[in-house]
Amino acid sequence: MRRALAPAHAFAMETETSTGLNNRKTVFWAFLGSECMFFASLISTYLVYKGRSVSGPYPTEILDIPVTSISTFDLLTSSLSMVLCLAAIERGDIKKFQFWLSCVIVGGLIFLGFQVYEFSHFVHKGLTLSKNLFGSSFFVLTGFHGTHVAVGVLWLISLLVLSLRGNMTKADALDVEIAGLYWHFVDIVWIIIFTVVYLLE
Amino acid sequence: MTSETHAHGHELAAHAGEKPHPQARQYMMIAATLTIITVVEVAIFYIQPIKQSVAFAPTLLILSALKFALVVMFYMHLKFDPRLFSALFVAPLMIAAGIIVALLFLFGHLVL
Repeated sequence: MRRALAPAHAFAMETETSTGLNNRKTVFWAFLGSECMFFASLISTYLVYKGRSVSGPYPTEILDIPVTSISTFDLLTSSLSMVLCLAAIERGDIKKFQFWLSCVIVGGLIFLGFQVYEFSHFVHKGLTLSKNLFGSSFFVLTGFHGTHVAVGVLWLISLLVLSLRGNMTKADALDVEIAGLYWHFVDIVWIIIFTVVYLLE
Repeated sequence: MTSETHAHGHELAAHAGEKPHPQARQYMMIAATLTIITVVEVAIFYIQPIKQSVAFAPTLLILSALKFALVVMFYMHLKFDPRLFSALFVAPLMIAAGIIVALLFLFGHLVL
């Protein structure tokens, strides 16, 4: 294996792997694979406990499909903004990059706002983490997803701050692409949750 | 890390079996498709004859899988990236799907 001769060349050396692929991107795909199994465990727990609550509120009484459809549309739109953001930095168009990145952040914050509203509404209606099996599995599943969205928003804000300070160029497109992979993953997890939890209530 | 070496690193990654990513127009078309599928999903939910039929759950799951595939292939560029990335993602995804099905058969409502 070739060793880096100086810190300045560390990144370039790092990418010369036996696979010819970038290490960071390879590891990140492996991480997303592990995340699939993590969310599968939560989704299967929800499905196994589905319909076994002995006391209400039950899903049919409490889930609000119109509101969740709007938040789903919001998250899908933020994914579009994310790919346009990546395309902009790959072209070296920093202004467009900052615009689309801001759109993604706003989209993520709106989604989190919807989730805060939904959770507080459910608690107000008597559904808590310990109320019944539906409450436990629902809050854990959607709560972990919401946490992932929040982490994504913080990650994207850090990229925006770096960019506003002039530290993001076309050469940093890979950083944006990896952040984008995370954001799209959060989106595809929600695609599954929206169907399994909300539509197949 | 200097931007020069960083750029060199990105170029190396870009040439390692990656095909060109889609353009903005294609991204817009994918977004429109995703929106249409979501509208269809929600519409199906409100159409009682479909909701009460046996096709309701399979239809929604197929539409959901279609959306999932579109995002992974086009937005996450798996269609254009080297196959190792696909393997790293799809193999755990298959294990995850298998775990869900197995747990539903063991503890859920599904029966053979």
